[in-house]
Amino acid sequence: MTTLTMAAAINAGLRKAMERDPKVVLMGEDIGVLGGVFRVTDGLHKDFGGDRVRDTPLAESGIVGTAIGMAMRGYRPVCEIQFDGFIFPAFSQITTQLAKMHYRAQGNITLPVTIRVPFAGNIGAIEHHSESPEGYFTHTPGLRVAAPATPEDGFTMIQQAIACPDPVIFFEPKARYWDKADVDLDAPFDEAKATTGMSRARIVRQGDDATIVAYGPTVRLALQVAQVSEEEGSSVEVIDLRSLSPLDHQTVVRSVKKTGRCVIVHEAPSAFGVGAEIAARVTEEAFFHLEAPVLRVGGFFMPYPGSKFEHDYLPSVDRLLDAVDRVLAH
Amino acid sequence: MDAHGPLSDNGVVRLLTHTGDRLEHPEYSPFAQDLDFAALRAMWREMVIVRAFDTEATSLQRQGELGLWVAALGQEAAQIGSGHALTDRDWVFPSYREHGVAYLRGVDLADILRTFRGLEHSSWVPNEHNFHLYTLVIGAHTLHATGYAMAMDWDGLVGSGRPDHDAAVICYFGDGATSEGDTNEALVFAAVNNAPIVFFCQNNQYAISEPTTRQSKVALAQRASGVGIPGVRVDGNDVLASYAVTRQALERARSGGGPTFIEALTYRMAAHTTSDDPTRYRTRDEEDYWRERDPIARLTAYLERAGELPQAFQEEVRAEGKELATRARIRLKESVRAPARDMFDHVYAEPHATVDSERAWYERYEESFVDAEGSHR
Ligand SMILES: Cc1ncc(C[n+]2csc(CCOP(=O)(O)OP(=O)(O)O)c2C)c(N)n1
Ligand SMILES: [Mg+2]
Repeated sequence: MTTLTMAAAINAGLRKAMERDPKVVLMGEDIGVLGGVFRVTDGLHKDFGGDRVRDTPLAESGIVGTAIGMAMRGYRPVCEIQFDGFIFPAFSQITTQLAKMHYRAQGNITLPVTIRVPFAGNIGAIEHHSESPEGYFTHTPGLRVAAPATPEDGFTMIQQAIACPDPVIFFEPKARYWDKADVDLDAPFDEAKATTGMSRARIVRQGDDATIVAYGPTVRLALQVAQVSEEEGSSVEVIDLRSLSPLDHQTVVRSVKKTGRCVIVHEAPSAFGVGAEIAARVTEEAFFHLEAPVLRVGGFFMPYPGSKFEHDYLPSVDRLLDAVDRVLAH
Repeated sequence: MDAHGPLSDNGVVRLLTHTGDRLEHPEYSPFAQDLDFAALRAMWREMVIVRAFDTEATSLQRQGELGLWVAALGQEAAQIGSGHALTDRDWVFPSYREHGVAYLRGVDLADILRTFRGLEHSSWVPNEHNFHLYTLVIGAHTLHATGYAMAMDWDGLVGSGRPDHDAAVICYFGDGATSEGDTNEALVFAAVNNAPIVFFCQNNQYAISEPTTRQSKVALAQRASGVGIPGVRVDGNDVLASYAVTRQALERARSGGGPTFIEALTYRMAAHTTSDDPTRYRTRDEEDYWRERDPIARLTAYLERAGELPQAFQEEVRAEGKELATRARIRLKESVRAPARDMFDHVYAEPHATVDSERAWYERYEESFVDAEGSHR
């Protein structure tokens, strides 16, 4: 076991993937000599060279579009988009091309492209650097969407995403980059199970009275709230979704059938978000087990505000606890 | 270095060398003819004041008063020179580093800090200064600038021949921005529509860590010929030359002559932002080379040698810079954040049910804390 930050764990995962498969190529803005603005690719340019760790021109559509062509030649491009808010110049390439190519080619073309995106807020950043755009991509058939919440998952899931033959949008919660945990760097990696491995949710805390569903940056928040609830006498289960597309709704439904209550928390605006999909699934499949309405806690329906407002804008311990208390009141 | 590559000195317009010697240029000297010593002293003053402010902003960030600061350090001549060629009727679309231009447009620099403190996303009213908001999404605003210029043309603001009537747009962006699709589309739109716009590219040699050679095999100004508009390279650390080439380009645009692409060669003397560590990707030698080409130093040398920069004036200006810096610091520290519920304002111009219901929920939620008199709810 090695104690690593999440950034270092993803870095270690990238290194493993590059060692395992010479076709893995990293590309993005400032990922080479600089090691990325969050240093997630630190040292890789030095060890693997500029051909495999490529500083691209400043053009996101170019990054994703050329990655598609490389993938058609059997390469496994891993693109870094510098910040969440800068993925949109690549939106057309991702949604009209990357997502649909396998379908359009009747399965004759696979595009194992991974797009890494540092996402979400809470770091006091300026505009466009704190957003949670996952909903655009979960709403796009053909893309897999994943979000690790811990260093261990960062290490494992990035390898699984790269090994997966489908395109994966890999959202890294940037506020968690500096969280530390023990990571087993020698854990065996089963390529055949990569896709299923990263597609499963995980129950990170057992409970009986209510279920909180979280992913990425809000998993830690959910655990904090579960702790407070326990001190107040309630037992709250916490699910880390890990994968947003596909959504492991069976794990969620099973939990809610047990607890009878469900609160979903994410930083993206609640309206039309991932939480709405989960709420619908739970209502469809666990309706007769529900003791209370399914609640969502999320960002508000507005552009991400100035950073001095982000603590009011983002789901907080208080807001999540308020929702948990409301479902427990039933 | 390749004589035609992005780092070459090929065809660069220069009217003042880095040692402070005047040069004549057959095409551009006439456009700097009106810069007498008084005008040059005014430009010197502005550069010094902007730098004093910039330095203060960097230290405010270091002290935790700002989330981030994006220094213009080293780019003062490109900004003050080009900004001086503008009239009040012209419109500016900046990127996010043009504090020098903002200053010339009458934006109170003390206010700009509010944005970088995270209090709001913009701290001036664009229409009051003909100076648009800063845009952080690289290249996005080049299209807005082009559309604005096309619309100015439709509104009859171009080609009347009346100097008190005609107007144009100037759009600022960096070397890195030239790779974005939006920027290239802007060039195409501007060219085919003969829009009254000047594309002012500050090639400060880096897009964060990536040198300009990552973006281009040729001088950036050569992009212009691909879309059929004039392109010119200028020494962006030479305030006279920056003024002269911009003035020519703006006059062309206002008179109906269409767009121009200006590449101003300069150097980002500071880190990309206060979050950046340039020691990871550039050498001390390189920084020293450019420090010798400091845009303020060369004008100081020229004016002092001509006996046109009295010590008393210099001290006066430095005091003025200090005063602005102090005022900015005090204003920033005294700034109060608006109440949280105000964050729901301005999402839409007309009421929107989702926003309204969320605001109402939020207000009730906030009140619930007050009701509980100090307990956590
Ligand atoms: C679309 C987009 N992609 C990435 C970024 C992140 N980013 C911010 S500044 C920058 C480099 C910009 O370089 P350049 O255009 O040369 O301008 P400079 O900062 O040097 O003035 C990058 C990559 C961004 N702001 N927008
Ligand atoms: Mg630059």
